[in-house]
Amino acid sequence: MTDIIQKVKNLSIGFRSKKGEEILILKNISTNIKKGETVGIVGESGSGKSTLALAMMGYVKHGLYTIEGECQFNSSNLLKMKSKDLEKIRGRKIAMIPQNAGQALTPNLKIGYQIDEALQLHSDLNEKEREKKISELLNKVRLPSPETIALRYPHELSGGQQQRVAVAMALAGTPDLLLLDEPTTGLDVTTQAHVLELLNFIAKDTGTSMVYVSHDLGAIAQVSDRIIVMYSGEIVLEGPSRDILKRPIHPYTHGLLKSIPKLSLAGLPESMPGSQPQPGTIQSGCSFFDRCNFSDENCKNNSPKLEFLKDLNTSVRCFNYEKLVNESQASQTVNKIKNKSQDQEILNLSEVSISYAKQKLLDQIFNRISDDNPTVKDININIKKGETIALVGESGSGKSTILKSIAGLLRTKDGLIRFDENRNLSSDLKERDPNDLRIIQLIFQNPDESLNPNHTVEEIIAQPLKLYFGLKGEELKKNIIDLLQKVRLGEFYTSRYPRQLSGGEKQRVAVARAFAAKPDIILCDEVTSALDVSVQAAVLNLLQQLKEDFGTTYIFVSHDLAVVRAISDRVAVLYQGRLCEVGPSNDVYKFPSHPYTEVLLGAVLEPDPDIKPKLVAEDIVEERPPEKGCSFQGRCSRIVGDICKKEIPPWQLTDSGNAIRCHIPIKELQKEQF
Amino acid sequence: MLFLIIKRILLGFITLFIVSIITFVGTEVLPGDACTTYLERQAFGEQLEACYRRLGLNVPAYERYVSWALNAIQGDFGYSLSGEMPIKEVLGPRIKNSLVLASAAIFIGIPIALILGIITALWRDKLPDVAISTVTIFAMTIPEFISATLLILIIAIWLEWLPGIVIVPTDVSFLELLPNIILPVVAIAMIMTAHMARMVRSSVIQVMASEYVQMAILKGVPYWKMVFKHVLPNALLPAINVVALTIAWLLGGVVVTEVVFNYPGLGRLVIESISNRDLPTVQALAIILASIYVSINLLADLLTLMLNPRLKTLQIRK
Repeated sequence: MTDIIQKVKNLSIGFRSKKGEEILILKNISTNIKKGETVGIVGESGSGKSTLALAMMGYVKHGLYTIEGECQFNSSNLLKMKSKDLEKIRGRKIAMIPQNAGQALTPNLKIGYQIDEALQLHSDLNEKEREKKISELLNKVRLPSPETIALRYPHELSGGQQQRVAVAMALAGTPDLLLLDEPTTGLDVTTQAHVLELLNFIAKDTGTSMVYVSHDLGAIAQVSDRIIVMYSGEIVLEGPSRDILKRPIHPYTHGLLKSIPKLSLAGLPESMPGSQPQPGTIQSGCSFFDRCNFSDENCKNNSPKLEFLKDLNTSVRCFNYEKLVNESQASQTVNKIKNKSQDQEILNLSEVSISYAKQKLLDQIFNRISDDNPTVKDININIKKGETIALVGESGSGKSTILKSIAGLLRTKDGLIRFDENRNLSSDLKERDPNDLRIIQLIFQNPDESLNPNHTVEEIIAQPLKLYFGLKGEELKKNIIDLLQKVRLGEFYTSRYPRQLSGGEKQRVAVARAFAAKPDIILCDEVTSALDVSVQAAVLNLLQQLKEDFGTTYIFVSHDLAVVRAISDRVAVLYQGRLCEVGPSNDVYKFPSHPYTEVLLGAVLEPDPDIKPKLVAEDIVEERPPEKGCSFQGRCSRIVGDICKKEIPPWQLTDSGNAIRCHIPIKELQKEQF
Repeated sequence: MLFLIIKRILLGFITLFIVSIITFVGTEVLPGDACTTYLERQAFGEQLEACYRRLGLNVPAYERYVSWALNAIQGDFGYSLSGEMPIKEVLGPRIKNSLVLASAAIFIGIPIALILGIITALWRDKLPDVAISTVTIFAMTIPEFISATLLILIIAIWLEWLPGIVIVPTDVSFLELLPNIILPVVAIAMIMTAHMARMVRSSVIQVMASEYVQMAILKGVPYWKMVFKHVLPNALLPAINVVALTIAWLLGGVVVTEVVFNYPGLGRLVIESISNRDLPTVQALAIILASIYVSINLLADLLTLMLNPRLKTLQIRK
């Protein structure tokens, strides 16, 4: 067949452990990439998907080596090629778009130079022509004013712009194959949708083949023709993307799709137990055995082979796939959240403003903050006991800033934060008494950074118990074990260090630590963003369970609207530190009302090829909130006139109690735009 | 940018001002003063009074500070006690000698350090790295008085190639000085080079492992072009500040080496004037050494600022 562009044959890559054992990262992978097709490679972190993508460029990371197999490009094996020859293929025939463009662009070289470098290496254009070509490329990736952008340094661009530059750089050599390694992870929802749309356009426009590596089935669904699902270094499922997403016949994919929260469905998705085995774990039988709902004795002892099913045009590595073939669709069952939210108010934010502005000497002396245009302004939220309220918005929307102020890490400029109607929490940590500190606990995004690596799990959980309740000896031990059991971790975890735990386990320890203080309010700052999808659902379910047991109030910050939909009773949408909309989740999600809410909802990627994102607003990054008028004026597609630029919009109430801050009358707003 | 430079220079002057006050106060609170030291056992009655009047020690401390500071700014540090000659004249040749020693060590040491550091990083864990790294660790850990003594023993005493200690008047010409300084320079350069080479090595390794270098490889950039365009500029930036500190340390006088080789540089002058309780000279030296540190660090910061586009915009935005 001539239309195969890259052929991976029996590829195994691994490393040698300190004991001299050979540990496999990739196990006997074979697949073909055809001309013009886009293949999505999905898997959790550690599944070997990035190693596979890099091998397709003949690149094996420091410390790893090829044990067996080939990556053939134009019938020559890239893994055995000399670097001189590889230099002629990399960037020219096969190009890479990296995960984190911010770190993949050399910081001391201008954007223009970095693209020019690729052109110099891979084309015969002279200087004049190259200059023109750079502008063309930057135009193609839809960057504003290419001439000035070319003169900038990478750090002077926003994340989305950097990613576009990386795309332009990859296109400079007019490659036949583009490898994309999580190209949109780490971007805001709206930016991500725009970048994906651009990639789709490029695939069509240039006819380039693409290999799209991601953990995000939503993104994969938008771009790929064919999907390869990887688990523990093996291909477990491979086939046309529509079939795989609509009728996943491997239990892992089946479970994965079920554990992703959907916009259309309130409530928590089912979670998959356990986590992916570490590379090097010796295991007989199927690598997914521990976590599988469909397994039997056979699976425990024998490893299944990848089997090609002709009538489904799909390859699957499972003995029992037939059980799943008949299940027409991964029907999703969700646990509806039951929150006994009471009428009693537990936390009240009124007219809260927070500023990051550097204080002038005079202000420092008088202990005041002067800033006419603070980062966060006019926040009024009532939080009722026992409810879960979510703050959503893109990065820079001030959602984490508000959390920090509630926790006391940042003092407010104006306004009042009151707990239980009479206790004033507007002050910062230093001025709060220990009990004020105890009632509010924080769970951070990244458990790797929020758990002290030199403390055992026992010491980590013991700290709040000692600090707030003065527990000692047996009693302390008993409490720690109780808490561990509450977060579904066994007693034997007490002596472990964070590095000996998986991501999900670490976050459970962080949750246990927060609950150890018996707080009234727990602030969750993007608690699931650093976790794999299958683990995310488990942590969300755990949080919900604990809440129902303890009656805790959650303030939940996330950029992931589907997760927010799953867990929250009420949602507050923020843009540039100003509230746009506050209301019960059902209403906010059902009637896209505020133009910004509409933009956010439109950009959500669902793991379904039939649901396309709707791109309403331009993807611009605003550095500061506007001086006057509506905070969203810069990107709004429904501006009604000068009034939006001059006056701060009034709060309008819908029948269901949803408050929207917009100049457009409610009736108008509820008419859908598309 | 200009504002920033002016701000940094002003801050430098403030630092110097504070240093001058500290040294002045320090010498002031010490028991005894210039006259008691000078007159030793005769330090009482008429003679002491006369000495106070002669040296102007009978006026209040702040007045003395002001007049001393005003003169110091013009380069006049008064008279040294021991030789009763102007400190300016004592310092002059010493500064020149230290400069000669330091610049020789810098011109030899820094290029070697850079090259060794880069080689060890690029051939990481291979033979060149293992060999050079072992040597540098030795050079780093052996104290300079031992390596200096060994050098004297081998080169000067056994082989008789070079003079072992410097016995020349402080104001000889450069050519006459040259054979005398080779051994001290080697002794200093060894330790300095080893330190810097290891720093450069870890910095280059860190950059080599960065995502942008991986990206450059995947872009098809040839190896050496990648090293020179993508790796070195980013890896050597943090080295600038270390180099600056090393230079300042060298200029400030490498006391141990100067003493071992009997080299008439600033370092030895510090020791001498302290043991002679020559307070005016100590004051002058403190100010001079502080100005060397301040100005070299200032230069290094400005250089980093100019070469690092990220810092440049950050500073301007603020």
